[in-house]
Amino acid sequence: MRFMLLFSRQGKLRLQKWYTATAERDKKKMVRELMQVVLARKPKMCSFLEWRDLKIVYKRYASLYFCCAVEEQDNELITLEVIHRFVELLDKYFGSVCELDIIFNFEKAYFILDEFLMGGEIQDTSKKSVLKAIEQADLLQEVSLNLKHKMA
Amino acid sequence: MPAVSKGDGMRGLAVFISDIRNCKSKEAEIKRINKELANIRSKFKGDKALDGYSKKKYVCKLLFIFLLGHDIDFGHMEAVNLLSSNKYTEKQIGYLFISVLVNSNSELIRLINNAIKNDLSSRNPTFMCLALHCIANVGSREMAEAFAGEIPRILVAGDTMDSVKQSAALCLLRLYKTSPDLVLMGEWTSRVVHLLNDQHMGVVTAAISLITCLSQKNPDEFKTCVSLAVSRLSRIVSSASTDLQDYTYYFVPAPWLSCKLLRLLQCYPPPEDGAVKGRLVECLETILNKAQEPPKSKKVQHSNAKNAILFEAISLIIHYDSEPNLLVRACNQLGQFLQHRETNLRYLALESMCTLASSEFSHEAVKTHIETVINALKTERDVSVRQRAADLLYAMCDRSNAKQIVAEMLSYLETADYSIREEMVLKVAILAEKYAVDYSWYVDTILNLIRIAGDYVSEEVWYRVIQIVINRDDVQGYAAKTVFEALQAPACHENMVKVGGYILGEFGNLIAGDPRSSPLVQFNLLHSKFHLCSVPTRALLLSAYIKFINLFPETKSTIQEVLRSDSQIRNSDVELQQRAVEYLKLSSIASTDVLATVLEEMPPFPERESSILAKLKKKKGPGAVSVNELEEGKREGGELNGGGERGGDSSSTPSPSADLLGLRAGPPVTAAAPSAGSLLVDVFSEAVKQPSPTAFLRLFVCKNNGVLFENQLLQIGIKSEYRQNLGRMYLFYGNKTSVQFVTFTTTVTCPGELQSHILHIHTWNSLEPLIEGGAQVQQVINIECLTDFSDAPLLNIKFRYGGALQNLTLKLPVTINKFFQPTEMASHDFFQRWKQLSLPQQEAQKIFKANHAMDTEVLKAKLLGLGMALLENVDPNPENFVCAGVIQTKAQQVGSLLRLEPNAQAQMYRLTVRSSKDTVSKRLCELLAEQF
Repeated sequence: MRFMLLFSRQGKLRLQKWYTATAERDKKKMVRELMQVVLARKPKMCSFLEWRDLKIVYKRYASLYFCCAVEEQDNELITLEVIHRFVELLDKYFGSVCELDIIFNFEKAYFILDEFLMGGEIQDTSKKSVLKAIEQADLLQEVSLNLKHKMA
Repeated sequence: MPAVSKGDGMRGLAVFISDIRNCKSKEAEIKRINKELANIRSKFKGDKALDGYSKKKYVCKLLFIFLLGHDIDFGHMEAVNLLSSNKYTEKQIGYLFISVLVNSNSELIRLINNAIKNDLSSRNPTFMCLALHCIANVGSREMAEAFAGEIPRILVAGDTMDSVKQSAALCLLRLYKTSPDLVLMGEWTSRVVHLLNDQHMGVVTAAISLITCLSQKNPDEFKTCVSLAVSRLSRIVSSASTDLQDYTYYFVPAPWLSCKLLRLLQCYPPPEDGAVKGRLVECLETILNKAQEPPKSKKVQHSNAKNAILFEAISLIIHYDSEPNLLVRACNQLGQFLQHRETNLRYLALESMCTLASSEFSHEAVKTHIETVINALKTERDVSVRQRAADLLYAMCDRSNAKQIVAEMLSYLETADYSIREEMVLKVAILAEKYAVDYSWYVDTILNLIRIAGDYVSEEVWYRVIQIVINRDDVQGYAAKTVFEALQAPACHENMVKVGGYILGEFGNLIAGDPRSSPLVQFNLLHSKFHLCSVPTRALLLSAYIKFINLFPETKSTIQEVLRSDSQIRNSDVELQQRAVEYLKLSSIASTDVLATVLEEMPPFPERESSILAKLKKKKGPGAVSVNELEEGKREGGELNGGGERGGDSSSTPSPSADLLGLRAGPPVTAAAPSAGSLLVDVFSEAVKQPSPTAFLRLFVCKNNGVLFENQLLQIGIKSEYRQNLGRMYLFYGNKTSVQFVTFTTTVTCPGELQSHILHIHTWNSLEPLIEGGAQVQQVINIECLTDFSDAPLLNIKFRYGGALQNLTLKLPVTINKFFQPTEMASHDFFQRWKQLSLPQQEAQKIFKANHAMDTEVLKAKLLGLGMALLENVDPNPENFVCAGVIQTKAQQVGSLLRLEPNAQAQMYRLTVRSSKDTVSKRLCELLAEQF
């Protein structure tokens, strides 16, 4: 996978993850262009399209578009399910996730994505394993927080 | 506030984010951000040391601001500080910031690498994972240099936690993708392959991505993965839907892993081991069978996961292209999907069938779906699906259905989306040409194309129709008649005027007998379009007019009047003015004979691959061709517009240079070299197509000039000459990119023995360390052969391209035979010397199979290229070749004789070399055995 974008119906970028080195200027241009293409598509259209030399796989969940750019030989359907699994992970973590969760806890969204995908490839498909890793982190966080409160 | 407070929830951050969200305008947002940036800056600069929490909070705010699309130019140091915190969350935010905002500030990279090193050796799995994530996210060359050696060890170590192994595998993959030269698997290979057997499915899932990528690059070293992958796949496919617990996804067992296993197998040919192959075929059959079973769930996730595996299995079947039974089953399955209610499946089925259409086993099966596909082209509501349908029609087209498919594509063009028109036009043009049985159909089709989609008909297309009409005299009359009729339309496309102008100018005489298309009528028709056309078209029309004067003397006065009019002869456009003046003069002073010679009918064009096809190939790779490239293609051909009579040269000098259009007068080959546009070594007689760095040596044994090396960036051409024991080699380094190469250095070394006393080499002129984009520099190397040798000197090239160091080592094609002096001798002398060299070690002999066709002329050319004298009428058997020569080295002269005996029936050769020195015989024999 080359990159993943989350953006809203209104064209606001909520999350971006790039798996190949890309200049900031190019990123902005690509994001703008791709959002335009995807937002212009109608609901019943197919979830795949060719864009530049990439395949785009996207899906809309409520107000958010999840959009992956994959290579020519990558499997489109399984990429759709990568998106779905990521949504499930967010959902499980935030408890029925909504766009605001991702805005206010963007760093958590990045952490979850990192546990799931690394360098554009799947690290683990098990929901349990991924969430375990995140929750462990939260646990560490809370312990250190408690310590801080005690010290204060 | 809606945010869930998981973990610590940095309150200051949440407040800031909601402030930003409440901003009513862009200006207000920028104001708020600037305020925050000032605040953070003062905190960072303040005297009071910040505690970890505050630092984390501010770094996180900076990250948020950056992700909103604003530039951030500070805070990197604070982020790096966070890395060495031993509080997990602080470290985590630090790493996140670095991953998102890395820059190549070398000082920082060193600090970051230090922090990563500490975490990697901490033996704390969560810290190790964070560090590995960071390496993978940044993936820079520097990181690869620092960690590529360490990570494989972590990956295969027995005591590494599973989660760390997963991260290590993918981290290594990322580094391999950016810097393959730095990731050396060597000793780890087999242990990495055996990760496919790991008990932990997560480890297998992560490792297989790495293994697939490595296998693509080094198939031989990793080929043991095939049987492991097959048995893993077989276990998954045959497991019940609940066996794999958490790795079952909506009742489908391990869909991701299955897809990846099937993808890995596509790096290899079908397994040779019968048992493994049998097991694999069984898996593929099971997958196809499962597609027919009723779904276990109504959820789309279930069917997607299941079909993802199915499509990947079909890809593998197509890749093997050896099991007719499976291919036909795959085709039938896809046929079902063509009518599925899910748009996604229809799209993928069309796409997948496109590759099936090219297999001989399934081409016919694909063709049976033609009606469905045509229907899809007409009725699909989504342009990307229609595009796939058009692709498939193109792929399934053959002589039997060409007329139907071309007609459907043409009628679709009338309403086709603008985005795909140009490609559709090219495809129609190609099909029409490829499957034309009668050329009147071809001409009709192309003229229809211009009528329907004139704006999208590129120059290649209309040049091509002219080429074909000129080359086939059976269609010329028809073409003239048809364009004449097409031009009657009140509004016709400019491309139609161009084709019309050219064709009537050449073949208008063929329809002039009919009073309805008499010469004057033809002329008036063309001229009625003149004022609506662009300059290049007008120029073309002027050329057509002068041809008319030649073809039909009765039009002379009318046309001269037109040429003489102020609007022509004083036209502000130089090209038009010049043509008007010259044509007018030509028509008034030249005799009819001269005129007839000058304006003789165009000679046929040399046959070559359709330039349209070349263009489509370029265009394919969806959207790969940029507008620039297309424009460039157009500009290259711009010269032709109207240059009809000039084009005549092209048939006499068929130029091998990149004459995209096949129409333009090819520039003389030598003239092309220094011109800026045509890159590089056109001087060389033939371009060698990318020999692998080791194979090229062979290519230069019998010749001295050519392309030594070529990749995306660099082309190295070589020219060399030898006399006695001396040689001089010219190396041409051409920068193929538009970016300059810096610190360009080359070194020539002679390894081992070669260095000390055998071959004496020095470079004559030193190179500038800089090669501009598109430029070429030259280097001269002098060579002296002291005594005979077998190794080749090495040429090492180093330079930086866009910051990345490129390092390349090639063997210079200096072989012992280069120092041959040919020796002519009579039959008697030859055999006498042959007998003199009768010691067993003086002879070297090889018997080998022919690698190329046994063409006498080619063999002769090669032997001459070797540098020896080819002696005629010496061997009693005229089929045999004998040669003689003396190798000149500083120390001594080595006389050598050679005999090559072809056996056409067995397609074998026997090569015998005798020379006064045993090492020379042996070396010559080795070198030559690879040539035939």
